Amino acid sequence: MIVGQQKPFAEIKASVHPYSKLLILGCGTCVKTCFAGGEDEVAILASCLRLAFRKDGQIITIDELTVERQCEDEFLKEAAPKIAQTEAVLSLACGAGVQMVASRYAGTPVLPGVNTTFIGILEKQGLFTEECSGCGNCVLGDFHAICPLSRCAKKLLNGPCGGSQNGKCEVNRETDCAWQLIIDRAKAFGQLDKLATYVPPKDWRTSYAGGPRKLVREDLVI
Amino acid sequence: MNGSRLQHMLTLGRFAVTAEVGPPRGANADIIREKAARLKGYVDAVNVTDNQTAIVRMSSMSSCVHLIQMGVEPVMQMVTRDRNRIALQSDVMGAYSLGIRNVLCLSGDHQTFGSQAEAMNVYDIDSLHLIHTLKTMRDEGRDMSGFQLNGAPKMFIGAAENPFADPFEYRVIRLAKKISAGAEFIQTQCVYDLPRFKEWMKLAHQKGLTEKVHILAGITPLKSARMAKYMAANVSGIMIPEVMIKRMEGASKEKAAEVGIKICLETIQELREIKGLHGIHIMAIEWEETVPEIVRAADLYPRPQVS
Repeated sequence: MIVGQQKPFAEIKASVHPYSKLLILGCGTCVKTCFAGGEDEVAILASCLRLAFRKDGQIITIDELTVERQCEDEFLKEAAPKIAQTEAVLSLACGAGVQMVASRYAGTPVLPGVNTTFIGILEKQGLFTEECSGCGNCVLGDFHAICPLSRCAKKLLNGPCGGSQNGKCEVNRETDCAWQLIIDRAKAFGQLDKLATYVPPKDWRTSYAGGPRKLVREDLVI
Repeated sequence: MNGSRLQHMLTLGRFAVTAEVGPPRGANADIIREKAARLKGYVDAVNVTDNQTAIVRMSSMSSCVHLIQMGVEPVMQMVTRDRNRIALQSDVMGAYSLGIRNVLCLSGDHQTFGSQAEAMNVYDIDSLHLIHTLKTMRDEGRDMSGFQLNGAPKMFIGAAENPFADPFEYRVIRLAKKISAGAEFIQTQCVYDLPRFKEWMKLAHQKGLTEKVHILAGITPLKSARMAKYMAANVSGIMIPEVMIKRMEGASKEKAAEVGIKICLETIQELREIKGLHGIHIMAIEWEETVPEIVRAADLYPRPQVS
């Protein structure tokens, strides 16, 4: 999923401060799963903002809505009636959702309420970890399903750096060294010798380095 | 032979001695000249670090040129943290044109350890890719795109290895990878834990790697017990045996540096007996003035004159 974290309350409050009518728009897919922008978070944030502004003596009307996915027009169109009645939208979707709202409802200011952080997993309750950087050319098949491009701080393709100690990364002692994990899995499969092969440099054209990406599926285009 | 004295020494089978200087945090070249002047004549080549510990300093390449002008042979360190493949290849060509003949290829300390942790890193390629690129440039005269260069940079190619990092069983495999990619000399992380270093050397020797590459063992004299404890606890991939830390602690403040040098000399003595070890690399961090003393006391002075 796309993992995000709600922005600090003070930052959100300052950003919506100029408006007297606000719609907090949640997203029911990724950010809901990571407890950043689903309907529960929308309700809690709306209540907190109402209280905070009331305490300041500022009058602000806050409406709430959560759609299944802000990144798809089919769901986002449901927000049209409420957006028509608001001065601004505070979107709790990922960065893609925020931009989709801005693009579909061009006349309404849209503010981000979530910091989109990474493509990751729920490792255990309350712990999300980055697993993929969306490089556009998956190499997991070469590395026993552990991605060195997104899980090694130096994106090393040919083995661990000198900072790997006791299975941990020198950049953060609480982060597993991706290369330790790769080597452990290779050993478990009896394929350590395969990691002796030189892996050539990455072709980054399929990644963000090649400029904003588009994916066209001719078979689906109507 | 590319004109590298270091390469010539090692090819002749002479035990090599290299040292290291860090460029200044500023544009004052006198600092690098003063550091190099202390080392001149005592070592065969001097490594010049590339923004080590991710702290912005005078560039390695320009500092290398100051050394060349003084008659000191540099080993230019290059990290893949700050430059992409375009910049790295360009700089290698430029460095060669300025008389630099030795390059040490590294991935570099992560920028979060430095003074500008908010910086973006590059890591377009890794240290092995850089080694491979330098080899292709030198042997085939082609850049990474396959373009035939007008004038190939013929570098003596070095790499680092850390026998004290994990996973230990992979360390020798990685050394082999670096050698097949093109590394001709290896400078290791500082050696304090001799048994582990010997074990690593034994594995390298068994795999025939010591025949294919010149390994220089890293040496860093300990200045104080505080330094020893700090390094053991905070510097990744450095192992200092407890008994060594105790020795440093046992020395009075005035005598600590003396004990540190004594430990260093004992280490060199033991290292010289290891089969397949071709030299030492002394990294006396901000303590360059001690290098001549170590080289003399280790009976490695005068340095052999090779043409």
